Amino acid sequence: MSAPATTRAQAESPSGPADPSLPTNLRRNAALVPTDTAAGRSLAAVIAILTFLAGLCAGAAEIVATNAGQWQGDVAQEVTIQVRPGPGRDVDADVSRAETIAKSEPGIAEARVFSKAEAERLLEPWLGSGLDLSDLPVPRLIALKLADNRSADLKRLRTRLTEALPGVASLDDHALWLQRLSTAANAFVGIGVGMVVLVLVATGLAVTFATRGAMAGNREVVEVLHFVGADDDYIARAFQRRFFGLGLRGGAIGAGLAILAFAIAGLLARAARSGPAGQEVEALFGAVQVGLRGYASVILIGVIASVVTGVVSRITVRRFLS
Amino acid sequence: MKSLLPGAERPVVQFENVGMRYGLGPEVLSDVSFRIAPRSFQFLTGPSGAGKTTLLRLILLSVRPTRGLVSIFGEEVSGISAKALTGLRRRMGVVFQDFRLLDHLTTYENVALPLRVQGRSEASYRAEVVELLRWVGLGERMHALPPLLSGGEKQRAAIARALIARPDLLLADEPTGNVDPGLGRRLLRLFLELNKLGTSVIIATHDFGIMDAVDARRMVLGEGRLRIEE
Repeated sequence: MSAPATTRAQAESPSGPADPSLPTNLRRNAALVPTDTAAGRSLAAVIAILTFLAGLCAGAAEIVATNAGQWQGDVAQEVTIQVRPGPGRDVDADVSRAETIAKSEPGIAEARVFSKAEAERLLEPWLGSGLDLSDLPVPRLIALKLADNRSADLKRLRTRLTEALPGVASLDDHALWLQRLSTAANAFVGIGVGMVVLVLVATGLAVTFATRGAMAGNREVVEVLHFVGADDDYIARAFQRRFFGLGLRGGAIGAGLAILAFAIAGLLARAARSGPAGQEVEALFGAVQVGLRGYASVILIGVIASVVTGVVSRITVRRFLS
Repeated sequence: MKSLLPGAERPVVQFENVGMRYGLGPEVLSDVSFRIAPRSFQFLTGPSGAGKTTLLRLILLSVRPTRGLVSIFGEEVSGISAKALTGLRRRMGVVFQDFRLLDHLTTYENVALPLRVQGRSEASYRAEVVELLRWVGLGERMHALPPLLSGGEKQRAAIARALIARPDLLLADEPTGNVDPGLGRRLLRLFLELNKLGTSVIIATHDFGIMDAVDARRMVLGEGRLRIEE
C-alpha cells in the first residue's frame, strides 16, 4: 500500500479515529513563531518596566485626585464670616449679630464663634506667643458648617451680612482657594494621564521595532510558511499571538510590581501614621493609599499594554508582508 | 473542462518567452518556453548555476519574470492577488535543496505544517502525518527537532512535508542529493507513485543515475536557455 493512496483515502474521512499506536506525548501544536528567545524576553522586560512606570503614574494621580477631592469636600463644607473691629464699634455685639443672621439662614448646620483669645491664638504662628494683642484690631471669625444637603444660599447670606454690618462683616466661602486646589489637582492628574499615554506610545514604538527585528530574524520561517500555503493573515496572526503573549507576560509583571509597590507604600504609611510626624504628614498630604479604582487602573494599563503590543505587532507584520 | 484531444488539456505550468535577471545583472534565463502537462513527470537538469533554482522559484512565484508570461494552473500570474497566490501555492508541494525545515518545530510538526496552515484541526490529520512519516522511515524520529536529524532524515522530512497535502504539482530541488543510492531509488519510487496518482512532478537534479532509471522528459538548462529532451 502506498503512502499517498492511504493518505488520500484518509482525507475522505478526516476526523476518523486516530491511530491508537500514536505516541501520546507527541508535541503537536507548538507556536509557529519561536517564542522563548532572548529578544522576546528583553521585549517582555521592556513592557514590564514601562507598565510599572505607567502604573506608578496612574496610582500617584489617583492618590492626588482622591485626596484633593476629600480636601475640597471638607473645605467646601465650611465658610467663614470675618467681623472686623472698627472705631467706635462693639465687636462682640457685631459678632453676635452676624451669628444670629447666619443661624437664621437655612442650610447652616452649625455656627462656631471664635473667641478673642482663639482669634489671637490663630495669629501666633506669624507673630509669636506672649505678645499683648489687645490693642491690635484682630478680626473675629465665625466658622459656619454647611448642612450636607447644600441648601444654603451663600449669596443671600453675604448680602444680608453686608446690609446689616456694612464694611464690618464679610463672608469667605474659600472659592479662590478651592479653585486653585482644584486646578493644581487637575494639573497633576492630567500630567499623570499624559505620562501613562506617553508610556503606552513608547510601548507601541518598542513593539514596532521588536516586531521588525523578529520579522527579519524569522524571515525563513515567514518564507516557509508562505511556501506551504499560509496567507499573510495567518502569518500576521501567528506573530500577533506571540507578541500578545509577550505583552501579557510583561504587562502582568509590570502591573503586579506596581500593585505590590502601592501595597508596600500603603503599609509603610500606615505604620508611620502611628507617630505624631506621620499624622502631620497625612494631614498635609493626605493618605498614601490607592483605592480599588487605582488598582483597577493599574491592571487596566497592563491589559492595554498587552493589547497595544498585539495590535501594533499585527499592523507591523501586515506592513512588512505587503 | 477536460478536452478529448490528448495534450490539449490546460497545462499545469506554462512559460512563454520568459526572461529573468536579478537587478541589473545578466539574464539568468532567456526566452524560456515550455509546458508542464497534468500528470506528467520530468527532470530539470543542467550544470550548476544554469538557472534551475531560479526556474523553480519562478514556478513557485517567489520571484517574478523580467519579461515573458508565466501561467500556473491556467492562471497568468502577473498582477495576481495575494489570496489567489496562496490558493496556487496550496496546490504545490516543494522540496528545497536546503530542506527549509523550521528548527523549533518537531519533525511531526514540520511535516504537518501544510495541513495546519489550512486551518485544519490537529486531530483530523494526525494519523495521515504519522503514517507518511513511518512510510519515509521517520516513524521513530517524529519527536526530534531538525537540528538533531541527519542530512538524509532532513531530506525525507522535507519530502514528506511536500507530499502531505497531496499537491497537484510537486517541485523537488536535488531531492536525492543527501541520501544513499538505495534510499534515493526508494524516494524516486515515491515520486513516481505520486505521479501515477495524478500529481505533476518536476525534479531538478544532477544525478544521472536517477535520471537513467526513469524514462521521462528531460528539461536541460544551459547558459540560461532551455532544451527539451523528450
